[in-house]
Amino acid sequence: MSTAVAQTWYMTQRQLMVFARQPAYAVITLIQPVVWLFLFGSLFKKVVELGGFGTGSYLDYLVPGVVVMSALSSNMWAGMGTLEEIQRGTLNRFLTTPVSRAALMNGNVVYNGLVTALQSLIIVLLGLLGGADYPGGIGGVAVLVPASVLLGTVFGALSNALGMLVRERESLIGINTFLLLPLTFLSSAFMAPAQMPGWMRHIAAFNPLDWAMVAGRSALSADPDWGDVLSRGGGLLALAVAAVWLSIRTFRSYQRSV
Amino acid sequence: MNSRVPAVEARQLVKTYPGDITALSGLDITVEPGTVFGLLGPNGAGKSTTVKILTTLARPDSGAATVAGHDVLRHPDRVRRAIGVVAQNSGADPVATGRENLQLQGRLHGLKGAALGRRVDELLERFRLSDAARRPVKGYSGGMRRRLDVALGLVHRPEVLFLDEPTTGLDPEARSAMWDEIGRLAGEEGLTILLTMHYLEEADRLAERIAIVDRGRVVVEGSPHSLKGELRGDAVHVELREALGEAGRTVLGGTLGRLPGVHEVLIDGLRISVRADEGAAVVPALLATLERAGVGVAAATVARPSLDDVYLRYTGRRYAEADSADQFVLAGGAR
Repeated sequence: MSTAVAQTWYMTQRQLMVFARQPAYAVITLIQPVVWLFLFGSLFKKVVELGGFGTGSYLDYLVPGVVVMSALSSNMWAGMGTLEEIQRGTLNRFLTTPVSRAALMNGNVVYNGLVTALQSLIIVLLGLLGGADYPGGIGGVAVLVPASVLLGTVFGALSNALGMLVRERESLIGINTFLLLPLTFLSSAFMAPAQMPGWMRHIAAFNPLDWAMVAGRSALSADPDWGDVLSRGGGLLALAVAAVWLSIRTFRSYQRSV
Repeated sequence: MNSRVPAVEARQLVKTYPGDITALSGLDITVEPGTVFGLLGPNGAGKSTTVKILTTLARPDSGAATVAGHDVLRHPDRVRRAIGVVAQNSGADPVATGRENLQLQGRLHGLKGAALGRRVDELLERFRLSDAARRPVKGYSGGMRRRLDVALGLVHRPEVLFLDEPTTGLDPEARSAMWDEIGRLAGEEGLTILLTMHYLEEADRLAERIAIVDRGRVVVEGSPHSLKGELRGDAVHVELREALGEAGRTVLGGTLGRLPGVHEVLIDGLRISVRADEGAAVVPALLATLERAGVGVAAATVARPSLDDVYLRYTGRRYAEADSADQFVLAGGAR
């Protein structure tokens, strides 16, 4: 293992250990998806009768939306962890060791990716227990989970960069609460694009959240459109790489302000 | 005669923070290898900024510095391998155990396997943390955490150890234990320690050489002993009942300065400080003069020269005042 890879793993492991020692936290993060899947899903069950959902069960339609939405809402708080590490002095302690700066940031990325993958899988399984049907099978899940991980990476890396730049919890909370609902509603999470008002549909086409949902939903369907999957997946990958690059660059600006 | 490379050398360091806050305005220090060097000054004097630049965290606006012979700007990686840093907040992971924190720190410095395990055990033992090694750090006392912080800084056997206010926030017992610990470290072969301090008594006890930092530069440097020796005689401090006016200060200052055996007079607010060959001998004349001038005296003390007097002499301010004044600025939103 090269040094940078080993260091990335140390930084990942360190956070996985914290995650494993606070199981209550992991359980709490699953409450929201359960509410969306089963309360919201039951309440709006009949909405599929409007048509355009590509399935007869609203739960089938909802699962990819809730998976991606949960990836967004858990990753967008990554910056809070970074802020805490700055305030505690941990980040400065690491920065005065020879550890690679990329490993510091990538440790976060890998950790958040693993947690998002686990969370996504659990939501898929909860859907299955609730009676959802995934005609695309394992192959579909193998697209949905990476798509939600990439989406999570985009927002996790941006959140980390923001945490280092603004250095205030309040700003991060403000921006997150400002973004979460509009981003979710301006996507195909809850409503088939065919039933959305035209202007919303057009905006949704540029929303990375929607890309992840479209890719996952298509792959899980009986007849996947692999062109859709590839274009949306490619877009997500490009955004994720750009966001991670930006967050590593932010170290420099952080160091100017220390 | 001395051909050794200094452990730390800083030349004309300047650092300004956004909002035109000058943290350093041309700071110079040289630390010889194997010595304990203290940077002393009130809050906001520039000590922490100096440490941040020397430990590669921050970049100076101008000036140059080397640590263990490596340039902090051109070869930060070499510097990072040579230094141990114990910051004011070292940020040990509270959920991880003491041992896990040390292991990670060792790995980041490239230690692994049995060598890492041995080094971690050695440090746990040495810092009296063996019993607590398997407990999460969040349950540690303040003193234990501080000892772990120092152990973290030593895991890779650095050449130069930076200790930024190592005793701040500790109770008197833990503080005294930390002093002993630093004393022991100082005896280790080859280790150079640069520590910043807030308490004058600490500098006296720990450092072989100190530099007094005031408003971003070094105002005086030397051993605590020689700095105090340069001040001739004792300090006599007189606390007044009421502050003197401008005119009263000038007249009284002149009169007191002419008393036999008196070298210096400094009057500020409610306090008169006089430096005299024989402190006790000038007290009667001093009090008589004040009484004649109708100035009420609350208390008078005679003291051997202290670092507080050194500070006063070189900055024209009393240490405690500079400190609280700067804290006030801090509270006002500035850095």
